[in-house]
Amino acid sequence: MQKSNLQLIFGAILLATNAFAASKLNVVTTTEDLSSIAREIGGDKVDAESIAKGYQDPHFVEPKPSYILRLQKANLLIAVGLQLEIGWLPPLVTQSRNPRIQPSAPGYLEVSNFCHITEIPQGQVTRAMGDVHPMGNPHYWLDPDNGRRIGKALQDQFSQMQPADSSYFAQRYADFDKRLTASIKGWDAKMAPYKGRKVITYHRSWPNFCERFGIQVVEYVEPKPGIPPSPSHTLDLINLMKRENIKLILVEPYFDLRTPNSIAQQTGGQVITLMPSVGGVKEIKDYFQLFEYDINLLVDAFSKLK
Amino acid sequence: MRHLLKFAVIASLSAIGLNAQDSAEILNRMKAMEARINALETELRTLKAERVAQAAPPAAPLPPPPVEMAATPEPPRQLGGAGGAAAKVLNPDIAVIGDFLGAVGKGGPNGPPAFEMHESEAAFQAILDPYARADFFISFGQQGVNLEEGFITFTSLPAGLQLRAGKMRAAFGKVNTLHNHVLPWTDRPLVIQNLVGGEDGINDAGLSLSRIIPAPKGLFLEGTAQIFKGDSADVFRADRRKDFSTVGHLRAYRDLSESTNLDLGASYARGHSAFSEGSNQLYSLDATLRWKPLRRSIYHSFIARSEFIWGRASKRLLTLGNTSPAGSLTNPFFTPYSAISKPFGYYASADYQIAQRWFIGGRFDRSDQLINSALQDTGGSALLTFWPSEFSQIRTQFRRTRYGDKLTANELLFQFQFSIGAHGAHPF
Repeated sequence: MQKSNLQLIFGAILLATNAFAASKLNVVTTTEDLSSIAREIGGDKVDAESIAKGYQDPHFVEPKPSYILRLQKANLLIAVGLQLEIGWLPPLVTQSRNPRIQPSAPGYLEVSNFCHITEIPQGQVTRAMGDVHPMGNPHYWLDPDNGRRIGKALQDQFSQMQPADSSYFAQRYADFDKRLTASIKGWDAKMAPYKGRKVITYHRSWPNFCERFGIQVVEYVEPKPGIPPSPSHTLDLINLMKRENIKLILVEPYFDLRTPNSIAQQTGGQVITLMPSVGGVKEIKDYFQLFEYDINLLVDAFSKLK
Repeated sequence: MRHLLKFAVIASLSAIGLNAQDSAEILNRMKAMEARINALETELRTLKAERVAQAAPPAAPLPPPPVEMAATPEPPRQLGGAGGAAAKVLNPDIAVIGDFLGAVGKGGPNGPPAFEMHESEAAFQAILDPYARADFFISFGQQGVNLEEGFITFTSLPAGLQLRAGKMRAAFGKVNTLHNHVLPWTDRPLVIQNLVGGEDGINDAGLSLSRIIPAPKGLFLEGTAQIFKGDSADVFRADRRKDFSTVGHLRAYRDLSESTNLDLGASYARGHSAFSEGSNQLYSLDATLRWKPLRRSIYHSFIARSEFIWGRASKRLLTLGNTSPAGSLTNPFFTPYSAISKPFGYYASADYQIAQRWFIGGRFDRSDQLINSALQDTGGSALLTFWPSEFSQIRTQFRRTRYGDKLTANELLFQFQFSIGAHGAHPF
């Protein structure tokens, strides 16, 4: 009798602590875009923090032990996937000593599984192509429709982990979805006059963005992904831009501007630093402002060109 | 069912009664209907695919199978990444790393030959089950094949513990834990060669238990305790079961700013002496300062590191005669008693990344010899490394070493390192 009472008390304490711990989900994301969407869906029921900064090359994040401390306490780890984080996330997860976020555990989520992925290599893949992502291009969050899909996936995930708040998450997703639809309308309208315009980009970061908004990426400043610009490729690029009258070079904030600037100078073109992620500059505080910023920059550049 | 049967019988009976012209018409009609059904089916498939896109499946461990695209008016968007060959997905990640070394100039006693395929390391790594992962590193060197490391890591233990079992590089200092291909040099510092077993190092079969120790916010503290069989290169030797060796390591790490961090470590190792019946003890302190500006992380970085190692080695023999530069005996006299040698050594090195693919570096070495700690080796190196891509590197190192008080070696070492297969983690 006493024993069962004791068990009951212990059970109650355990339940209480569990309920207390579960009142707010501790979410770690690999990029700021994912943490922004997590905050959109999770609201004040979720604490979301990103490992990589928006102005940092997400391929080359250092696996610092300070990140291990964050991962150790996480209920959920949200990753971009498609091998974007392959150079740094696996050792961090292994060292986190957190069974909840190990791959295959319920607290590990790769959102690429829910998104429209471009540039999935067909046929043989070799590193002669540079540092290719054999599973497809991982910069897919730059299509707002994928942002919506991520939002939905997070709603499901959060609801699964915290069923008591599922209606809250559902309502927040519905709101996110509504605002995103409205924003997309505006962005589409802004970009409509420039459909089919050709651009050069530094790295293959923009296939989803450009597909979504009807921009044509013709070539890259990098001869191959991850390989720095070479003189011969740069020369080819200059000739191509002159031949096809391409004026715009889009560069991510973490790449050196020297080569793009010199190309622009020789072709009468223009270099713009487009932000691939939330937090790329201070003004971009959330997923909506990311597109707002980039589209304004592009529209401004296109409208000045002709 | 019965109605259906009736209908079929009537239909077939009436069909018999029809003439050839009618049947041809019916056939045409049926073909038209078939076409419509096909069209409807494809439409349904498209709609279903779109619904999948809207309401994604929860936490699918594998990407969903590619949606069929055949003959749809508007091809549905494929969701999820490419699957790869399904039968191979459970194979471990495999990589092979080649290390080709060359040398010119007057070398020391342990200098490499003119050319050598120093090492080919094969790595097999995979998640084992929901509780653990396994890592194997097999190195094919000049002398043969060696299991460099092979261990299981339990990642899901309670109380923030992590357990490793197998053969592994001991957590003694910094350099001892590193494989050749992630070293910033073509060789290992003199103090490592003299006191910690050089390239093989303290690398043994045993157990390793580590834990993150609760600390003030922002400070990463990790304690590691290891126990090994007790056989490690020239450091420890175990003839009996009780001759096991132990290693303890404490690591403290802190971000000084977003781009700068400091990593400190203290280590202790103890085992049965490789030279006498007594024990060998090693103490070390290591410090690493890293700088990498996040906005330009692929272009510039700086790492300074240093390790100080003190030894307390039991030895049975004292050198009364001549010693060769490496400290091995050419004219040995065996004394009937054990003595204690207390060698000390350190290195200090710095590497700066000057461009996306170029690194310069330097290292200063000083170390007593293990057996005769009165003899001291001193060296200095200057390095230039070029990375054609993330998967290969070309390095040259000019190394000047003064062994004991006798010989001075001036060498130019060059190295090609190349890696194929799975993309490994970046060293930190």
